[in-house]
Amino acid sequence: MLVDADIGLRNLDLVLGLEKRIVFDLVEVVEGRCQLRQALIKDKRFESLFLLPAAQTRDKDAITPEQFAALIDGLDEYADVVLIDCPAGIEGGFRNAIAGAKEAIVVTTPEVSAIRDADRVVGKLNERNLPIRLILNRIRPEMVRSGDMLSVEDVCEILSVELLGIVPDDEEVIDTTNRGEPIVLNEAARLRPIYDKIARRLDGELVPFTNLDAGGFFGRLFSSLKAG
Amino acid sequence: MIDFVKRLFGQSGSSATAKERLRLVLLSDHLSLAPELIDQMKHDLVEVISRYVQVDKSKIEVGVERQDASVALMANIPIVSVHRPSGGTPTDTASPPIASPPAPSTASASVAAAPNVSSPGLDRAAGTQAQRRKRRRKGAAPGAPAPAVTPAHAT
Repeated sequence: MLVDADIGLRNLDLVLGLEKRIVFDLVEVVEGRCQLRQALIKDKRFESLFLLPAAQTRDKDAITPEQFAALIDGLDEYADVVLIDCPAGIEGGFRNAIAGAKEAIVVTTPEVSAIRDADRVVGKLNERNLPIRLILNRIRPEMVRSGDMLSVEDVCEILSVELLGIVPDDEEVIDTTNRGEPIVLNEAARLRPIYDKIARRLDGELVPFTNLDAGGFFGRLFSSLKAG
Repeated sequence: MIDFVKRLFGQSGSSATAKERLRLVLLSDHLSLAPELIDQMKHDLVEVISRYVQVDKSKIEVGVERQDASVALMANIPIVSVHRPSGGTPTDTASPPIASPPAPSTASASVAAAPNVSSPGLDRAAGTQAQRRKRRRKGAAPGAPAPAVTPAHAT
């Protein structure tokens, strides 16, 4: 189950290619104008994947953190795992999104401004005693090697958060979001095994991290694919 | 090519700069986001210093200052008078009347000796002054802010 908590800036439907199917949104559920089940959008490709879309024409104050938490509790009967897409910032939208969460995944890029913001978010999450794990997104191994980009180790050291995944920068993401198709559906996508590993770690499995350093990331990836 | 030459001579790329800048900025972010920590520290500092000298609690300033390559704790703690060991003050007679000032602090010590000072106490107070002046000269290391010491008005 995916929940788009970015009220007013709805986008999860667009990247998933589900934008034409939306009838109701989560604000309408909270306001009692429809049933929860009516607002859930079933994915075209995955039997068990649902999206609860954000409202596009409302703003973040349309619902309170308490209402949002109650909404998330109500999703338990529809899904084993609920992923809440939290809006950027530390204001109302963020407070709503974390109100219903039991753990947090912080996604950041290896840039100074992003890391400073991530640090602030980590501080806010710590105040609420939420377990936190980190995904480092859009890393460019060749720049890390030449010392022009913060490394995974640098970021983990600065933020002191457990690592959940390392996602290399890849233009395939732009291509698949253009089409509204999840990148993991593409068998040949370089990032597919990366996301697969993140999902398995979330499921509690111990999965070793891909070494982006030795011999070029893509070369290694292809050889590991060949090796199965 | 220039990058290659730079690296050949041991200059790292911009990631080291990014890491250092982040370290400093996050340090000051964390301190400014935790005013209660500064308050607690101020309270504890005053408690320790008050064992040796009487300070003006209303004029204490404790803050964090960002310098070129570090973040420093700056404390400005005006001293009102020196506790005399004989007077049953909490000061331990075995220890020197003035403790080493807490790490990098600017001790703005406006010392005014108490009125009815008996002669041994006066001697001690005078000794304290001498020590203090000495410390001041020593403390005036390059870069370190020199503590402003006002001479005592002994009666």
